[in-house]
Amino acid sequence: MKISFYLNGKDTCVDVPADRKLVSVLREDLELTGTKEGCGAGECGACTILVDGHVRLSCLMTAAQAQGRRITTIEGLAENGKVHPVQEAFIENGAVQCGFCTPGMVLAAVDLLDRNPDPTREQIREGLSGNLCRCSGYVKIVDAVEAAAGKIGRGKSR
Amino acid sequence: MREVILPGSIEELWRCLDDKPQASVYAGGTDLLVKMYNGLFDPEALICLDRIEELKEVGEQGGSIRIGACATHSGLLEDPLVRKRLPALWKAIGGIGSPPVRNMGTIGGNICTASPAGDTLPPLYAMKAEVELLSREGSRRVPIPEFITGPGATCLKRAEILSAVWVKKPEGYNLHHFEKVGLRSALACSVVSMAALLRLRPEGIVEKAALAWGSVAPTVFRCPEAEEALAGKPLCAESLSKAAELVRDGVSPISDLRADADYRRAVAGNLLLRLVDIADEGKGR
Ligand SMILES: Cc1cc2nc3c(=O)[nH]c(=O)nc-3n(C[C@H](O)[C@H](O)[C@H](O)COP(=O)(O)OP(=O)(O)OC[C@H]3O[C@@H](n4cnc5c(N)ncnc54)[C@H](O)[C@@H]3O)c2cc1C
Ligand code: FES
Ligand code: FES
Repeated sequence: MKISFYLNGKDTCVDVPADRKLVSVLREDLELTGTKEGCGAGECGACTILVDGHVRLSCLMTAAQAQGRRITTIEGLAENGKVHPVQEAFIENGAVQCGFCTPGMVLAAVDLLDRNPDPTREQIREGLSGNLCRCSGYVKIVDAVEAAAGKIGRGKSR
Repeated sequence: MREVILPGSIEELWRCLDDKPQASVYAGGTDLLVKMYNGLFDPEALICLDRIEELKEVGEQGGSIRIGACATHSGLLEDPLVRKRLPALWKAIGGIGSPPVRNMGTIGGNICTASPAGDTLPPLYAMKAEVELLSREGSRRVPIPEFITGPGATCLKRAEILSAVWVKKPEGYNLHHFEKVGLRSALACSVVSMAALLRLRPEGIVEKAALAWGSVAPTVFRCPEAEEALAGKPLCAESLSKAAELVRDGVSPISDLRADADYRRAVAGNLLLRLVDIADEGKGR
């Protein structure tokens, strides 16, 4: 089945089985390996992507469901060669260890800050509660999202 | 290869079902695709309801609220009608899975999965909700306890979908409570859950109670004996303990990897005891 969608700012067309897992289309057919597959069952958030700006799990979507949608993966966050403020904050706060959860965490944080630009730490934990990290203990991740909220806020008021 | 069809309207859906009568419909896929991608389910074709806007509408009609089957949990959490008028359901939905699961999963999917642990079910039973079933021939309304015939089983017919759930606004209740006990607070299936609606007189006497439990029986458990035992009594540890005994006698829980039957039986009663504190805190009003 031919499926067309808007991926990371570009019109994209793939010819894949309609029932193929979207995460496999992204990783294997489009070679965008930033999106990870951890559990394949909705539990870990490693496969998080943004569909029309909102978090979705690409391990629980068929390829066909991408038709006509605007999809953002971690590869599509940087603009003009500059990383997104959330990515910058993750780097500066040491919120990355093995990195397996990071693409999903970053995208979940981007969606959260879009809806709630000034979240409390509790709201950050709740916003990221669909994303598991087996390395960090989460503290630095929450620190990073707090810092990112500050960066984005300052960017806007400038 | 399995076809996946994305009809954009109900009219188009009927044409797809004529073409592919063996197809399985799905909405968010958070139950169905987990099973399919893990080899536990092998449908001939799939029809995704995600693009049918008519099935996502929430509205008020007479004394009832009609919730479209394909409304996502996130959409319902933001809906003022659901939050203000159906607070017990709203609380239950807020505890489902995680943000991405709530962005994808729908109330119709939760009902049709008919899991004993489905979190929308205890409040829907306590509020005597009815489901609206739609086919090319027309629609019919069925009380939810008749719709769900067993764990994972419903009376949905071939080429029929769940189009909406109707909930009467629970007038007169001034305490609306839902609590779920799981192994952790996010991404946790209920070990035991309870929805409770109470009409309390100002002096603290229970006038009426509607109670329902999840995960303690093959389908949602109601306990008219406990509701009757509470009616006319003050909301206090003594009356609740008596009612809790009736609940523990009535449940038929199983043991599984999350909890054993005795634990579920004990907790089913204990959740009731908590209502004193809930009323004191003025929470749930
Ligand atoms: C990680 C994770 C955590 C979860 N946590 C919870 C939780 O805490 N509490 C809870 O209750 N559930 C939980 N679930 C289960 C699931 O997310 C919910 O039951 C959800 O509401 C299902 O909706 P859906 O639209 O995704 O269903 P789908 O997977 O699309 O469909 C489920 C079933 O219903 C049928 N169906 C769906 N819509 C219709 C319709 N309109 N008409 C006819 N048939 C239909 C499908 O054929 C299928 O059999 C969890 C799932 C995951 C993956
Ligand atoms: S891989 Fe999708 S949630 Fe784990
Ligand atoms: S950094 Fe390793 S899983 Fe999060």
